[in-house]
Amino acid sequence: MRVIKDNAIHEDNWVLISEPSQDDELPGGDLIVPFDYWKENQAICKQRDDKTAVCINGDNNIAELADHLDQFQLIALEFPAHKDGRCYSHARLLRDRYGYAGDIRAIGDVLRDQLFYMKRCGISSFAIREDKDFEDALKSLKDFSVTYQGASDENLPLYKTR
Amino acid sequence: MYIYDEYDKTIVNERVDQFRDQTRRFLAGELSEDEYRPLRLMNGLYLQRYAPMLRVAIPYGLLSSNQLRMLGYIANKYDKNYGHFSTRQNIQYNWPRLETVPDILADLATVEMHAIQTSGNCIRNVTSDQFAGISVDEIEDPRPYCEIIRQWSTFHPEFSYLPRKFKIAVSGAENDRAAVQVHDIGIYIVKNEQGETGFKILVGGGLGRLPHIGVVIKKFLEKRYLLSYLESILRVYNMFGRRDNIHKARIKILVKAIGADKFAEMVEEEWSHVKETSLLLDEKEITRVKKYFAQPEYDPQANNDETFQKNLSENKAYSLWVKQNVKNHKIPGYRAVYISLKAPGNPPGDATNEQMQLVADLAEKYSFDEIRVTHDQNLVLGHVKQEDLYSVWEELKSEELATPNIGLMTDMICCPGLDFCALANAGSIPIANQINKYFDDMDYLHDIGELQIKMSGCMNACGHHHVGHIGILGVDKKGNEFYQLTLGGTAAMDATLGDRLGPAIPKSDVADSIKKILDAYVEHREDGEQFLDTYRRIGMDTFKKSVYAEQKGK
Repeated sequence: MRVIKDNAIHEDNWVLISEPSQDDELPGGDLIVPFDYWKENQAICKQRDDKTAVCINGDNNIAELADHLDQFQLIALEFPAHKDGRCYSHARLLRDRYGYAGDIRAIGDVLRDQLFYMKRCGISSFAIREDKDFEDALKSLKDFSVTYQGASDENLPLYKTR
Repeated sequence: MYIYDEYDKTIVNERVDQFRDQTRRFLAGELSEDEYRPLRLMNGLYLQRYAPMLRVAIPYGLLSSNQLRMLGYIANKYDKNYGHFSTRQNIQYNWPRLETVPDILADLATVEMHAIQTSGNCIRNVTSDQFAGISVDEIEDPRPYCEIIRQWSTFHPEFSYLPRKFKIAVSGAENDRAAVQVHDIGIYIVKNEQGETGFKILVGGGLGRLPHIGVVIKKFLEKRYLLSYLESILRVYNMFGRRDNIHKARIKILVKAIGADKFAEMVEEEWSHVKETSLLLDEKEITRVKKYFAQPEYDPQANNDETFQKNLSENKAYSLWVKQNVKNHKIPGYRAVYISLKAPGNPPGDATNEQMQLVADLAEKYSFDEIRVTHDQNLVLGHVKQEDLYSVWEELKSEELATPNIGLMTDMICCPGLDFCALANAGSIPIANQINKYFDDMDYLHDIGELQIKMSGCMNACGHHHVGHIGILGVDKKGNEFYQLTLGGTAAMDATLGDRLGPAIPKSDVADSIKKILDAYVEHREDGEQFLDTYRRIGMDTFKKSVYAEQKGK
């Protein structure tokens, strides 16, 4: 999967399985599976030789994942449309409340002009929509050099430094 | 008023660059209309019926003279020499060219202004009481808290893609002049039993298709918890507000669906996690922001003036203007002056460049360099010495800004309607004109007294028709403009939604129907009783008969 991470463009081995068939075995390789699938098939996911990550969407209850965070190197947040903002809250809960320290990846309708906010909410890698210019999207992480409110990237509000 | 430091300036300047680039990419075809839409909306830019419309933020309605001069300059340079003050205390330009909007924003940035979050599904411009800091009924000045909320909500990374727009109003007085109860979050500054001030928090108010009065979910919130509590409300809304139907996406629908108690419970749960975090509001920060809103240096001799009474007794037109448009100030010898943007024939809320320049000059000369925009689309000079009132009146007259109609029926709230807006079903401004032409007898208007007419050209209710004493809603009936009247609404402390009068009325009959409503009022009012009180006492039937009797007989 091609992503923006650590201010650069990376290609890594994660593959998103949007609709795993319940009967078939999962293919090999590092996979991102839907939250509902993971819930039903936790044993299968644990036994795999390769890494398994989970994909959360706005409808999912992130609290159900809270006790299992250790097993994931990556948690994907799905933005079905760029204007669906629920996963911004999911990201903040993962970072600020549940203390998740792994990679949080935005997938779906991920566009340049949302990256700055996503980054502030604790999202750490961005699977930009494939038809978009990744180089161009990189620039947006520097849109603002000052922010007013605390968030997952910078906990303290600006006024504390005034 | 609040003055930008280097941080604020940087944020606004970087925003100009960001939006310039977003617009460039859109014009170059790199961004689709669908992708550009939320970006331009979060910058107050609509693509309207005939031209783009740009809405510029006026945080809690407060302007300096230089800022108002710039608004006039922009009207002249980029638009058709006028702007429209809106019910959110903002200003709208109806004819800018898309290509010039980045330049307009750059000009605005030079006077510490912007169009950030004046539209879109994000936290909008925080509104407040136009008499903040000067009224006799004030518990505490709400403006420092408005500014604190403005900063917290500006480019809030978590709450910029909410299910729908989000409006917050704050009032610190005993009388509500900010329509607090019809906001997504309404905040009243209140005193508890120990005499400390804090906040009473309401949620789920709003107009639009499904109007609701907000409900109290927190009777007393300590000041230090302001931001943590707001953040909790917004998080619950962001997670659980409906996103499947644009008409059911406002927080009021969520609150109604799960019940206010359940909603409050969810907020409390969320709050329990965040209340003692870095969201805690420092006392030091409150003190720092309060300094920007400190009292100006009033003249202790202001109350010794003797010309005021003399002018009143000598000039009838002047005394009428004082009676209607000049309000008391907490400092003896000072007054607050309403500048009516509701002259007959003037689209309600519109002001020309020349008018804005004059008001800016008057503010500089007579009112500590400060202008306030009201949610009912007028301007206020907040601190005018009594002895200066006569000069102010004379100068205002020169630009037709002294119509003595504040609070009277021609002081209408009116949306842009079919003349500009892509959403409208019917005209608003032509109805305002019709009412102005029909009711041109000032003596009659004064006899009728306080009467708020509020008018929207569609059910989105930008003209607040649900909370007008008389509300007018434009509807489309098979291609013809009709108007649905409501009676008995108010957005004051006793906020109430208006009741439907009956079948919609054809365009040509609106003013005539209002006259029939007022005939019934005049016939039934008791001594000194205002329209709203009469309506509440005698109910709808009398008014209904008065308007529809003839039609039934036909």
